Amino acid sequence: MRERDFEQRYAEFWKAFESGLEAAGKSGQTPDKGFPEAYRQLCNHLAMARQRDYSEALVAYLNRLVMAGHHLLYQPESRVGIGRLAGALALFLTTLRRNRRFVICSALLFLLPALVMGVGTYHDESITYSLISPPQAAEMESMYDPANARIGPERDAETDLEMFGYYIQHNISIAFQSFAGGIFFGVGSVVVVLYNGLFLGAVSGHLTQAGFSETFYPFVIGHGAFELTAIVISGAAGMMLGYALISPGRLRRLEALRRAAAEAVKLMYGATFMLFIAAFLEAFWSSSTSLPVALKLSVGALLWIFVLWFCFFSSLGERREPE
Amino acid sequence: MPASKLIDNQVRVETPEGIDFVQAAAGPVPRILAYMVDLGWRCLVYMVIGILSAFVGGLGSGAFLILTFLLEWFYPVFFEVLRKGQTPGKKALGLRVVNADFTPIGWGASIVRNLLRAADFFPAFYATGLISMMLTGRFQRLGDLAAGSLVIYQEAERPLTVDPQIKPLMPSVPLTREERQGIVDLTLRSGSISESRQEELANLLTPVTGESGTAGLNRLKGIGVWLLGGKR
Repeated sequence: MRERDFEQRYAEFWKAFESGLEAAGKSGQTPDKGFPEAYRQLCNHLAMARQRDYSEALVAYLNRLVMAGHHLLYQPESRVGIGRLAGALALFLTTLRRNRRFVICSALLFLLPALVMGVGTYHDESITYSLISPPQAAEMESMYDPANARIGPERDAETDLEMFGYYIQHNISIAFQSFAGGIFFGVGSVVVVLYNGLFLGAVSGHLTQAGFSETFYPFVIGHGAFELTAIVISGAAGMMLGYALISPGRLRRLEALRRAAAEAVKLMYGATFMLFIAAFLEAFWSSSTSLPVALKLSVGALLWIFVLWFCFFSSLGERREPE
Repeated sequence: MPASKLIDNQVRVETPEGIDFVQAAAGPVPRILAYMVDLGWRCLVYMVIGILSAFVGGLGSGAFLILTFLLEWFYPVFFEVLRKGQTPGKKALGLRVVNADFTPIGWGASIVRNLLRAADFFPAFYATGLISMMLTGRFQRLGDLAAGSLVIYQEAERPLTVDPQIKPLMPSVPLTREERQGIVDLTLRSGSISESRQEELANLLTPVTGESGTAGLNRLKGIGVWLLGGKR
């Protein structure tokens, strides 16, 4: 069959297919029942057109139609709803349990330096200044000075909202960077987690030594439950990328990376969610001065227990695993 | 030399329907331009929100910070998943983000490729991403490698028509496959190539046509129309 005969015979079919695509594009992306059949036939036409050396123009036209059909047929679920968000949370939990070793590794990389640094700065003030500049340290001290009417970063009630925005932007960006840094063979993630651990240790040691513990710990304990856990988890997600590159097993490195990334991003769903909660708590709860210290400490302890239970011991993730 | 040995931006994928289909991967330059367009849009939005939030005080600047955070990280995700793989900038440049098998990109892959922007940006101005694009065969930055995604050209329609006055002419010698394809392509594209260049090309096929210059070209076009299936 010559090209023109071929074109004439199927032109109508192609036009119908094209208008069907457009209609589906407009009406919420659901093609009619005959679509898969028509699509297969179109694929057949493309294969024939290539095999019979029809002109490049015709092949390109069919290629374009096939591409559009391919996109319509193989589209992923893109709607967002409460059900999908709950599903993402469940995926987060199951993924977290499956990748316990990365989480433990990341937690140790965070906690050990924090402990060493905390003990160090408590006993020797000069160690503090190896990490924090003196003006920075002075600012920290003034923030948590019990003589202040208000603990935490100094501000009035209205700027609570502003600080909420600031915590979201600042903290979640750090978590994202620590995930992204994992692609450099895990180095980026390790550095971010280590640095944050050292910094936390230095600040706590320094402020405890300065005698500000009764303002500092009630401030950090509440949101810390979510924030520190989330930083550790996003570090673990980054380390998953790095580990896939270092030790891809029986896969090609790129394929191992792709699979690890698909898995690790599920951890990021949960980490981001937790950081939103942390920002909310830090802005509106932790900084409040009207609440008694005992209440803040006990609520903080309860939040820690809740977060750890939810992440590692609750049965939520086991009950259903979507996808 | 077979086409696959040459430097080529064509990406081939075999689909479950058992066909190969082909798209051109987009290189750094159009992607940088698309990024610039997106950056312009984002800056415009920042300015508008910034001016509006100045009137509302603490609430306003809180909202500004949250919105800039969301735009900075999730602007591309939103468009890639809900607008068929095209941010406004990519749409302007005719580009599209797809999975490596040309299926539309989903939430997971889109979030991976956009969170890894932080790594591609390192240490400044997407230096790592650019190097990665140049080293990988399909112009993938690190985010694309991890997400298994590609940026391809959304093919534009360009209807090719043949001058109906050309009379079909049966070739006097048997033609090889390459010759047939070459002649048909020349006939179809004759609208967009200058006359003298066409003659130059036609002269290469003097052994087939037996003539050179304008006469040879006309003969070739006749053969082209005959090959396309034109009836005498």
